Amino acid sequence: MQPTYTKYYYPYVSPFDPCKPILKKSYPTPPQLYMGFQPPNLPQFNPKEALYHGTLWPSLYDEYNKKDYRGDEHD
Amino acid sequence: MTDVKKMPPEYYELLEQIQAIDFVLVELNLYLDTHPQDYDAILQFNNFTYESKQLKKLFEKQFGPLMHFGRSYSNYPWNWDDQPWPWQV
Amino acid sequence: MWYYEKKLQYPVKVRECNPRLAKYLIEQYGGADGELSAALRYLNQRYTIPGKVIGLLNDIGTEEFAHLEMIATMIYKLTKDATPEMLEAAGLAPHYVNHDSALFYHNSAGNPWTAEYIQAKGDPIADIYEDIAAEEKARATYQWIINMSDDPELNDSLKFLREREIVHSQRFREAAEILKEDRDKKIFF
Repeated sequence: MQPTYTKYYYPYVSPFDPCKPILKKSYPTPPQLYMGFQPPNLPQFNPKEALYHGTLWPSLYDEYNKKDYRGDEHD
Repeated sequence: MTDVKKMPPEYYELLEQIQAIDFVLVELNLYLDTHPQDYDAILQFNNFTYESKQLKKLFEKQFGPLMHFGRSYSNYPWNWDDQPWPWQV
Repeated sequence: MWYYEKKLQYPVKVRECNPRLAKYLIEQYGGADGELSAALRYLNQRYTIPGKVIGLLNDIGTEEFAHLEMIATMIYKLTKDATPEMLEAAGLAPHYVNHDSALFYHNSAGNPWTAEYIQAKGDPIADIYEDIAAEEKARATYQWIINMSDDPELNDSLKFLREREIVHSQRFREAAEILKEDRDKKIFF
């Protein structure tokens, strides 16, 4: 089964927290945590795609996008 | 005197091609460091090595040496230390 | 020995003069989990690690110097021609009075680089696990810098560097498996 590369949790919220609470927090769990020993002959990007993805193999690519300044996930 | 040497678009294009091919070589190299028996990957590595050498020959003819210490030929006068350096362009 | 090649590993573009971003990026130049630490850690550990993984440490250590040069390029471009007033507004006055616009190996808080950031335990498992942790910490640092940056072109280069941490971590994890194997793989040495 294809793993997910983002995980979520719900931190404890006190009525006395001064900052607006982040209800759902996320953290990355990128592909290298799941791949094990890389199998041979995985599909590849072409050279320019590889350069701009930072890896030759789509299965090692983990997209990262700037979150909003609070660092939480919109759902 | 200000050194304003604007590099032509071909400089950036050819450089990008070299960066792409050399990046594949870095990736295959690290992969082969842990997969030394992968015959197909070695073939691919050698093919890209050839392509990289060809591209660099072309680049150096137009824009001067990419490497020092005898890894590239020099024009007259000595043009290894010509600006711009990679962090300047 | 090493040879220098007159090119960056990845094109670095910076949209605007922005010394504030340079102040954050210097974390990856002279900080604990930065590229200098990475390069020196791996290239130093390679002398006392089993032959099966020396090549990997050698090659990743070498690539880290290319990343150090990319970070330096970003900092150089973000601060080039910035006035002392602009540097001061970005919180870089203490840097300016000591270094002008010169780069220096310190972290974002101004602490100079120290060898205490890195380790060589001489125990192959301890060293490779340190290296995996170092890659994950560098990945996290890139995430937080990307979150603080509003320069899309700079973020493009930072995303490349973050992805490289993932690939390096993958290779170090494979190195740990190789170290656990009973016999040397055939054809080696």
